[in-house]
Amino acid sequence: MFDIRHIPPSALVGLLLTALFLFAALFAPWIAPYGNGEIVGEVWGPMSAAHPLGTDNLGRDLLSRMIYGARITIFIAVTATALSFILGSVLGFTAAVVGGWIDQTLSRFVDLLMSIPTLIFALVVLSVLPSTLATLILVMGILDATRVYRLARAVAADINVMDFVEAARLRGEGRSWIIFREILPNALSPLVAELGLRFIFAVLFLSALSFLGLGVQPPDADWGGMVKENKDGIVFGIPAALIPAGAIALLAISVNLVADWVLNRTSDLKGGRGDG
Amino acid sequence: MAEQKRADRQAAPQDDVLDIRNLRIEATVYPPGEDPKTIVIVNDVSLRVGRGRVLGLIGESGAGKSTIGLSSMGYGRGGVRITGGEVILNGRDILGNARGLRRIRGKEVCYVAQSAAAAFNPARKLMQQVIEATLEHGVSSRDEAQKRAVDLFRQLSLPDPENIGDRYPHQVSGGQLQRVMTAMALCSRPDLIVFDEPTTALDVTTQIDVLAAIKNAIRETGVAALYITHDLAVVAQVADDIMVLRHGKTVEWGDTRQIIEAPKQDYTKALVSVHAISHEEQAPSPAPILTVDKVTASYGGGQVKVLRDICVDIHAGQTLAVVGESGSGKSTLARAITGLLPPEQGSITFDGRTLANRLADRPKEDLRQLQMIYQMADVAMNPRQTVGTIIGRPLEFYFGMRGAERDARVAELLDKIEMGKGFADRYPAELSGGQKQRVCIARALAARPKLIICDEVTSALDPLVAHGILELLLDLQAEEDVAYLFITHDLATVKAIADSIAVMYRGEVVRYGRTSEVLAPPFDAYTDLLLSSVPEMKVGWLEKAIESRRMDAGGN
Repeated sequence: MFDIRHIPPSALVGLLLTALFLFAALFAPWIAPYGNGEIVGEVWGPMSAAHPLGTDNLGRDLLSRMIYGARITIFIAVTATALSFILGSVLGFTAAVVGGWIDQTLSRFVDLLMSIPTLIFALVVLSVLPSTLATLILVMGILDATRVYRLARAVAADINVMDFVEAARLRGEGRSWIIFREILPNALSPLVAELGLRFIFAVLFLSALSFLGLGVQPPDADWGGMVKENKDGIVFGIPAALIPAGAIALLAISVNLVADWVLNRTSDLKGGRGDG
Repeated sequence: MAEQKRADRQAAPQDDVLDIRNLRIEATVYPPGEDPKTIVIVNDVSLRVGRGRVLGLIGESGAGKSTIGLSSMGYGRGGVRITGGEVILNGRDILGNARGLRRIRGKEVCYVAQSAAAAFNPARKLMQQVIEATLEHGVSSRDEAQKRAVDLFRQLSLPDPENIGDRYPHQVSGGQLQRVMTAMALCSRPDLIVFDEPTTALDVTTQIDVLAAIKNAIRETGVAALYITHDLAVVAQVADDIMVLRHGKTVEWGDTRQIIEAPKQDYTKALVSVHAISHEEQAPSPAPILTVDKVTASYGGGQVKVLRDICVDIHAGQTLAVVGESGSGKSTLARAITGLLPPEQGSITFDGRTLANRLADRPKEDLRQLQMIYQMADVAMNPRQTVGTIIGRPLEFYFGMRGAERDARVAELLDKIEMGKGFADRYPAELSGGQKQRVCIARALAARPKLIICDEVTSALDPLVAHGILELLLDLQAEEDVAYLFITHDLATVKAIADSIAVMYRGEVVRYGRTSEVLAPPFDAYTDLLLSSVPEMKVGWLEKAIESRRMDAGGN
């Protein structure tokens, strides 16, 4: 089933790049030539054999910063996405299955959160709360969970009226069986497809926050933060800011390619005619 | 061009509108995880339809009936390719002439779909849609087309023929819509009409009117027709000739009378004698297992009354059949008994104790003893669970069986439903329609219930498969001494298996008693209508039935 010939080229490119980013993130301390905060040369030094991507605004090795940045970016995005999925899908399924006032309260609360522009909401919350990693992940996760909630609730509401769920109810099954054994397996494919997209949005959201100075705090930096640090160089023709910006775009595209492929494959299993 | 066409028509033999020769149709399927492969849907089928003649195409699902029907318009549904043979319409081979097809479709050959409700554009008035093809092909002016449409509405005995065209599709009933669709097909004066299961989705009482209207319209306009259906009794009423198909091949082709009265092939014989099940009616026992006493129920918080004062009894090991057309409250009665729709008034007594109204208030033991089987077996099973899990879950849930003990019981149950234990690892998608319904029966049996509610369990199945399911249910009843509440609109099934019958009409039981009493005259008007609407496998039944009716069907 996982025959490499059946993977379309676009998905293969996506998989390869995603794997590369993950590798960099996982093994950052071992593959980075210099330390994260180590000043090794002059400010905004050009690309050279010693510093393949040049140095940044404080004279740190940009390649090493990029590798450590991948670690931070991907770690935060992954945990925030995981949080949003667990929170969003469990609440969404519960709302759809239980219905009534629980559904109403949850749904209207989610509507309330969604009516406020995400970035502004995050800016306000993060500038009030102490800026730690945990707050950052929590804020991102909860805001993203509203989107997942909507999807999970819609999908579960569809499945909830199917005869096999009614059969389970007539058998006398409890709610947790209905949610986790009857509905979840059938709701998985749209959720998995959404997972890739939400991860990308988390990366972009984190980058935006860091660029505005409310994300990861110095001396650590994710890619968004690195764009901010080096943005003044652009005026002098220094490309240091473009490298993390390009990495953000590349990560988003490659994960998207993988998500597309996964969506096609899962719709295959449902009997649709995906081209996976 | 017109001269050319006339010449073509003259060249054709006078009596053949459609002549299909050695038709072969293939499709490519994409099974997950495997290489795509080509399957043959129709294999070497030849047929001819003369002017003014009706050919019935009959077979179970997957026999290729609809595919052949559509090929007469040069059309193949998504992914389907016509790979061999000729389709000769009015003397011309229409295959391989993609540009010519547009001039043929809707003018020389028209199509009547199974689901009229899905085939009409809900945003446009009926008249616009009926005359659309006629105007498109420039057959006549708008005024003439409208006049013809009104004539056709009258011919098809639609109410208020002058004004019905001003309505939207949702403003007429299903049976009326099907007749409007027939008018749409007839409006451009085609030479051939393809009827694709036009009455399958309708109630029996409505079906008879639509059948009579279609038959009448065919006779009056002299059009040739292909009539596709899986119901031999229906096709016997309208067709001059019948072709029996199976697995894309012709089984038998002959005169209607010959096919019905003297079938030559074994498969045709099986189709003709499908409702013959021997079942002896049992006398009611003194203490019924389930008593429904004056139950009233409604939807929307009392707004819509759907059940009024229902009183019926079911006796242990016997079958009560609940019959009626759609909307009569049959399924609602099942929902009230199971507690999915708590009754507003009245009580339900089961095995000597009164059942709680709401499902949530009932103890596990009550739930175990009362099981349900659904109409659509494929949505009644979780597509992500294997057959073993589906049948094994009630065992785990009610009896706490685990591991080898459970597996052994699952194998035993699979054996009971005449399927091997190799099926335990399959997913529902890998089963045929009949097998799916068998697995649902096994799931219900696993709980060792005293009563099983069967909600239209055979109506989505092919006749032969349904026959097998009914026989299985009767065998199981004899073995396990389980009672059935059998909900159906098909009186032929009822006659075959029921011990007592309740006839429902608009939320009330209009006739109730032992089978022999209910099916013996004198009848009330509704039971008479219901009984006389069941197509019999006899040529000429339709005319007799229409003549002797006392009450009009609800959809008209």
